[in-house]
Amino acid sequence: MSVATDVRGLVASVVDPEIPVLTIADLGILRSVELDDDRVTVTITPTYSGCPAMRQIEDDVAAALRRAGIDEFEVRVSHHPAWTTDWITEEGIRKLAEFGIAPPSRIDEVVCPRCASDRPRLVSAFGSTACKALMVCSRCGEPFDHFKRF
Amino acid sequence: MSEQIVTGAPQGTPESGVAPEVAALLAHADDNMVLAQRLGEWISNAPELELDIALGNIALDHLGVARALYTLAGEIEGEGRDEDDLAMGRTERQFANLLLVEQPNGDFGHTIVRQLLFDVYQRLLWDGLAASPQRSLAGIAERARKEAEYHFRFSSGWLVRLGDGTEEAHGRAQDAIDSLWRFTAELFEGPEPVDRREWERTVFAVFDEAGVSAPEDPYQRTGGRRGFHTEHLGYLLAEMQWMQRAYPGMEW
Repeated sequence: MSVATDVRGLVASVVDPEIPVLTIADLGILRSVELDDDRVTVTITPTYSGCPAMRQIEDDVAAALRRAGIDEFEVRVSHHPAWTTDWITEEGIRKLAEFGIAPPSRIDEVVCPRCASDRPRLVSAFGSTACKALMVCSRCGEPFDHFKRF
Repeated sequence: MSEQIVTGAPQGTPESGVAPEVAALLAHADDNMVLAQRLGEWISNAPELELDIALGNIALDHLGVARALYTLAGEIEGEGRDEDDLAMGRTERQFANLLLVEQPNGDFGHTIVRQLLFDVYQRLLWDGLAASPQRSLAGIAERARKEAEYHFRFSSGWLVRLGDGTEEAHGRAQDAIDSLWRFTAELFEGPEPVDRREWERTVFAVFDEAGVSAPEDPYQRTGGRRGFHTEHLGYLLAEMQWMQRAYPGMEW
């Protein structure tokens, strides 16, 4: 395994602080990890404008690199092209559903992550974080988060 | 003395010394910063928990847009000013936000009307800027456009509920429109062109559904884009900036 692969794997395994079952690679916000003369440049793309986790993610990437003994690095934020929920990987979608968060889809296609009923009701388009809507299942009665399609 | 106050724009005001491209970014950043601060005042005060969370989330979206635009403006300007310098270190006369967004929250109906008028404006604004040759700006706009859609669904849905609701709710919604309408001409003063007829078409469609109407009074107040604000902005900035003013550069 090359050094570049190691570093990429290291950065890719940093988790989202608000949805810790997802890594930043699962979320699709890790754009690139470049190695140039022992200097590492990590580029990430912000998700929602209102996501307070972005700064934390930058810090967590920096901390992961430092723990691996890498001090020469830069974490860049790229706004273009804009992130969309289509960038979440299949692995990410699967983990979301397992975690009890309905993955991104049209609001009328959301399925309850607990009992798979296809008739949940939207309680509020603005849920516990910027990326989630609050829904409640009309069959099992459980409230759950829906990762908004974006 | 008085001549200087009338004619002499202080250094660094929206009219002086800043490149137009940077000034335009600052104007949009200021809109979002000031509205985020206003919406944040609702935290723990909204009529219901879900509304508290919704208004807080919308505030965070506007704050995020403001941060991205301030950072970009600082990079393009190239004089080392970062997002904090631009948000916390400029005076009232240097802020170029719309008068609409600095207006006090009033009651919930007032906040909803202010939000609706601004959401419809921002949907059109971001549509245009998403095609900007400035790629970072285009990316920020593309993302903000989707968020504005969520905000619009919230504000338009609530205006319909209020306008079409009890006599009390209807009256308050109409009062809010009567009071805020005079700040709408300014939406079309730039820095980017926003189609007024398109804006009116959407706003009036929501008004129709809500059973409310725009006032006939043609009086309009402008000036925010040139740094001439209503008395409310100074108080807002005083609260927002005091810590950086008292302890410059402090972090926690």
